Amino acid sequence: MGKIFGWGRLGVDGRETFSEDLAKVTRGANLSRGLGRSYGDSSLPAVSTDSVINTTLANRVLSLDEESLVIRVEAGASLVELNKLLIPRGLFSPVTPGTKFVTVGGMVASDVHGKNHHREGCFGEHVRAMKIRLADDSIVECTPTVMPDLFYGTIGGMGLLGHILEVEFELRRIPSQWIWMESERVDDIDSFVSALNTAAPKFPMTMGWIDCLNRGKRMGRGILMAGRWATADEAKSRAPYELPHITVPFELPNIALNAVTAQAFNSAYYWKHLARTKVGLVGPEPFFYPLDAILEWNKVYGPRGFTQYQCVIPRHAGPPAVRAFMELLTRLGGASPLCVIKDCGPEGKGTLSFPLEGTSIAVDMAVSPDIQRIVDQLNEFVIETGGRIYLTKDRFTTKEHFRRMEPRLDRFVSLRDKYDPRRRIRSAQSVRLLGD
Amino acid sequence: MKAVLLGATTGMGRAIARKLASRGEALFLLGLDEEDLAKSAADLSARNPSLAPVRFAVCDLEKPETFAPALDAASEALGGFDTVIVTAAMFATQDALEDDIELARRLVTVNYANTVVFCEHARKRLLARGGGKLVVFSSVAGERGRKPVAIYGSSKAGISAYLEALDHKFYSEGLRVLCVKPGFVRTGMTAGLKAPPFAGEPEDVADTVISAMDRDESVVYAPRVWSAVMTVIRALPRAVMRKVNF
Ligand SMILES: Cc1cc2nc3c(=O)[nH]c(=O)nc-3n(C[C@H](O)[C@H](O)[C@H](O)COP(=O)(O)OP(=O)(O)OC[C@H]3O[C@@H](n4cnc5c(N)ncnc54)[C@H](O)[C@@H]3O)c2cc1C
Ligand SMILES: NC(=O)c1ccc[n+]([C@@H]2O[C@H](COP(=O)([O-])OP(=O)(O)OC[C@H]3O[C@@H](n4cnc5c(N)ncnc54)[C@H](OP(=O)(O)O)[C@@H]3O)[C@@H](O)[C@H]2O)c1
Repeated sequence: MGKIFGWGRLGVDGRETFSEDLAKVTRGANLSRGLGRSYGDSSLPAVSTDSVINTTLANRVLSLDEESLVIRVEAGASLVELNKLLIPRGLFSPVTPGTKFVTVGGMVASDVHGKNHHREGCFGEHVRAMKIRLADDSIVECTPTVMPDLFYGTIGGMGLLGHILEVEFELRRIPSQWIWMESERVDDIDSFVSALNTAAPKFPMTMGWIDCLNRGKRMGRGILMAGRWATADEAKSRAPYELPHITVPFELPNIALNAVTAQAFNSAYYWKHLARTKVGLVGPEPFFYPLDAILEWNKVYGPRGFTQYQCVIPRHAGPPAVRAFMELLTRLGGASPLCVIKDCGPEGKGTLSFPLEGTSIAVDMAVSPDIQRIVDQLNEFVIETGGRIYLTKDRFTTKEHFRRMEPRLDRFVSLRDKYDPRRRIRSAQSVRLLGD
Repeated sequence: MKAVLLGATTGMGRAIARKLASRGEALFLLGLDEEDLAKSAADLSARNPSLAPVRFAVCDLEKPETFAPALDAASEALGGFDTVIVTAAMFATQDALEDDIELARRLVTVNYANTVVFCEHARKRLLARGGGKLVVFSSVAGERGRKPVAIYGSSKAGISAYLEALDHKFYSEGLRVLCVKPGFVRTGMTAGLKAPPFAGEPEDVADTVISAMDRDESVVYAPRVWSAVMTVIRALPRAVMRKVNF
């Protein structure tokens, strides 16, 4: 028996079945997973004997209509491959997460959001149709009007209502292969929230990096990045260079990423941005996927593994709630150089879709003996504000906290009762958070 | 190039088809299932908008009566073909084959007898046009009788011997035979197995095979390092082979 890992590298015993033929292998299966970029246990089996389907060999493009801008792919098709195909033709996915190493099935199941959430919503908003293998082994095609409960339950449903076999979604035309980016050094958390607000109407894409190791006055200092696709006139005549990838060759010792190195990393990141603002052209790679340049960077956390805490704090809770969250976070000390802030637009239609109007904060944390206590305290805070966490990043939220933060839970459970009353489809996460 | 591919809906065949399509080669697909073939054809077209439409026909290595009609359909669609690539084959572990003798019979029939029959149909059509390329996937498993691949390996040994003889016999008539000997490659076929050192990826194998085709090589190991690995394994004395488990 081998091990199956999420991106946070806390593995469980299990075995994956790989096949090009998802319709064949998902029959009777317990869980589908893609490239395993979910951090926690969303893509891990509940017990080692559960049958887990790895979809990545099912990667065909079934149709691509450049007129109507609709593409249909098998669920294991990855954004890496699709980008290579689409960008040179002036097309792009309407929504991309911060890594291109994701499958389309995973993008639907997590209902991923990107830097353009305030404009375009989540990926699920652009899905037209899906072919799904249900727990009773039937295969159905669902759309916003055909079996809409299944359709919207599957968007953000973490794979728990059925195995996604094929996805049809809309594409966007892009005017060039370059991004016009403006970035700005921001001094503290309050300025950050207001800077994101100011940038949102001007730019289709915004996000920020926060140095969340600093406390006090400089708490929440960081870099705000805003961008849009460059017009054909602005763009360089050549395509952006393909960036070389480097691979972290082996798991570094636990000590490699401690508070001191993290602090040094963050300061370097902040002060590299010497000018207060920078403007110019960048390629989509460094803009959308800065972390992808280092393959397998998750190994820097060492064998203890890590998790990401991502929550959204509702707009109505106001900037003081964001500041208070940052204060709590820095006080609890889950030291990490990576902290991302983004303002989210309105909640989507996916039954369990993560974003809601407000401020999302994501921070990586090494797993330590304190991790459960830290996550519990952050969750208590987030629940107070009326916010919630992102399931695809989560490994430590308790069932009780999840119930309290998720008013849509009953609706989702009733969908599971309808489509999988015997709970054949399950993950380690569903057992942890839903009890089965 | 006008190429017919048998088995290219999955694995290394799929990788080769995608690379050839991106070069703009005219392709025709043969395989077991019509719907599956249609999806692979659509994939190649979607990835390469300027590619000539990819057509396909059903061809089952367990049913020799399908071979000639399938190749005729390919010939008609392509206006004659100059290249035939066979990646289709069956695989099962030695344990499974020992447990199920009928499965063993099917496997050696598909991988050896019927593949030879298919190649006979193919090479006659190639020779009738004055030659061409016949590329067939054998395996390093055919290099030496070994415990874990006793039955599967013997079917591949047979096909390797046949391909070598075809090369000797028809080289002067313009037939270019390439016997591909993959080592361990991560595909659906091997997904249940523990990967040994030097395991390869299908995309890299596809590059190796296409460059060997372009250079008219007659045997290619893929990944190429397996050539050295097999030199060692071939040199091991029988007494050692009785003891080791690879
Ligand atoms: C560096 C990095 C940056 C990221 N940035 C963002 C971001 O900006 N925004 C964002 O939203 N997310 C982000 N993510 C998270 C990532 O986009 C999601 O976890 C995504 O779901 C991963 O896709 P995957 O193919 O790896 O899926 P996996 O991790 O393999 O699976 C994720 C979930 O999808 C389910 N699933 C996968 N395929 C299927 C299928 N065919 N049928 C049914 N269920 C399926 C699994 O069961 C599991 O619940 C980031 C992750 C990393 C590592
Ligand atoms: N992977 C390795 O490590 C490895 C090593 C040495 C040699 N090889 C050889 O390399 C070749 C390609 O293998 P792969 O790894 O790419 O595996 P693969 O994806 O499983 O390819 C095998 C193909 O053969 C097809 N096939 C099986 N039975 C058939 C039949 N009766 N008629 C027609 N087609 C049939 C399969 O179709 P379906 O999927 O529809 O069943 C599949 O498309 C094979 O000849 C294999 O023996 C592989």
